[in-house]
Amino acid sequence: MGLFDRHAGLLEAYRDVRTTGYDPFQIRMERVLSPTKAVINGRETLLVGTNNYFGLTFDPSCMEAAIEAIRAEGTGTTGSRIANGSYSEHVMLEKEIAEFYGKKHCMVFTTGYQANLGVISTLAGQGDFLLIDADSHASIYDACKMTQAEVVRFKHNDPASLEARLRRLGDKPGHRVVVLEGIYSMLGDSAPLREFVDVCKKHGAYVLVDEAHSLGSLGEHGRGLCEQAGVLDDCHFVVGTFSKTLGAIGGYCVSDDPDFDILRVTVRAYMFTASLPPSIVASVRQALRVVKARPELRTQLWDNVATLYDGLRAQGFTLGPEHGPVVGVHLPDRTTAIGFWRAMLDAGIYVNVAVPPATPNGVSLLRCSLCAVHTKEQLEHMVEVMTGIGRQFGVIPNQPPMRAAAGR
Amino acid sequence: MRTAHELTVENDGIVDTLIRTQTVSRAEVIAEICAHLEPYRTGEKPIAGDTVIAKDLTIDSLAIMDMVMELEDRFDVSIPMSVIAEIHTVDQLADTIRELRAEG
Repeated sequence: MGLFDRHAGLLEAYRDVRTTGYDPFQIRMERVLSPTKAVINGRETLLVGTNNYFGLTFDPSCMEAAIEAIRAEGTGTTGSRIANGSYSEHVMLEKEIAEFYGKKHCMVFTTGYQANLGVISTLAGQGDFLLIDADSHASIYDACKMTQAEVVRFKHNDPASLEARLRRLGDKPGHRVVVLEGIYSMLGDSAPLREFVDVCKKHGAYVLVDEAHSLGSLGEHGRGLCEQAGVLDDCHFVVGTFSKTLGAIGGYCVSDDPDFDILRVTVRAYMFTASLPPSIVASVRQALRVVKARPELRTQLWDNVATLYDGLRAQGFTLGPEHGPVVGVHLPDRTTAIGFWRAMLDAGIYVNVAVPPATPNGVSLLRCSLCAVHTKEQLEHMVEVMTGIGRQFGVIPNQPPMRAAAGR
Repeated sequence: MRTAHELTVENDGIVDTLIRTQTVSRAEVIAEICAHLEPYRTGEKPIAGDTVIAKDLTIDSLAIMDMVMELEDRFDVSIPMSVIAEIHTVDQLADTIRELRAEG
């Protein structure tokens, strides 16, 4: 019996994946050229799977801000927020994010994963109840492993399923905390947030929404699904990340709760890790300014979503349920998904491939994520390439089906 | 399957729920679990009370949790994730459901 025996099943599946040629989990970006281009396997490749929704990783103003910060304050803080790692800029970033949401308080974390892990596991404690969507991100599931609260899952995006579980708790003492996501990362679908909020209000439950994939992309000001659904005031906690639309790394949580700051000395994922380096804090602050100043990036992003989603759908691909900055393409099984993924890479297009157990309901997916700075031509070319491969693999018909392209 | 005196239909979209005040026999709960597990059976050996769900069948942990959600709605109970983690056999799952219903 070796230490790794318990992973025998996974090892075997992983070996299967590797026999197809490239290993999707060991892809090297040999050189990143722009938000939408990189050299992979020696070839210039179009990137359509990087969560870089506004393309801000190469925004000159963000890059300059980061470089200046390194010159002024060095490469790292070498300490946590509760020791030597709180600089004026961290505090200013927190103030700016709080203002962006119109909330009173904000805490910044070193990663989005840590924000969810720390906040969720700490908010619900012994005697409380944590209710999570079945398709929740790994960081939410991991928070559930750390909490002393009782955790119950409800069916994905199903307010009635949540309500049944809140009702069953009856008048048991203990807080109820409901965890939702603005946009789900695999299929790009949004929560019916208004309906969820109504259910939570009725049962006196706190609402936490993770806007990791919806910051920037949803809402009139890019605040996310809470803004778009008009329920920002009813969402007690909003969590998000700097590693997608804002083009860097880090996480945050905002709230109006007057005692929110106590989390600074209770959330271990905040207390016992080094704080964000000055360069990241500076580029994120600038990226937030860009998000506020350039709403056209949101428009461009959604135009690109429409080009890809409607284009693929018209060819007969099975996609996630609605338009979203993530477009999930369903494929019948793991082998097809990995073969398809590899064929796309050979044709110069990189997307993510997602296979069980990382996906809901055991589906195999190509996970595409759009960028505001993709061109229409790039995406039309991608639809063409995918159509060719799809026909070759027999996953779409040889002629476009007769229905009109739908979607939201 | 649907008889008015033993099943209630609540909120469109939720499966039929056996409301908690009605007693459910152990055999009934086991039969329901076995029906859910049938697609994951390997070989000829029928699924029974002593079947170890994660080991004797081809079901993965995520599918187990999804099945539990269906059973929760069917029997009007909620099974915390930490409790699910401790359940190994069909019998244990059935007993957990019946105990939670009794607590109701």
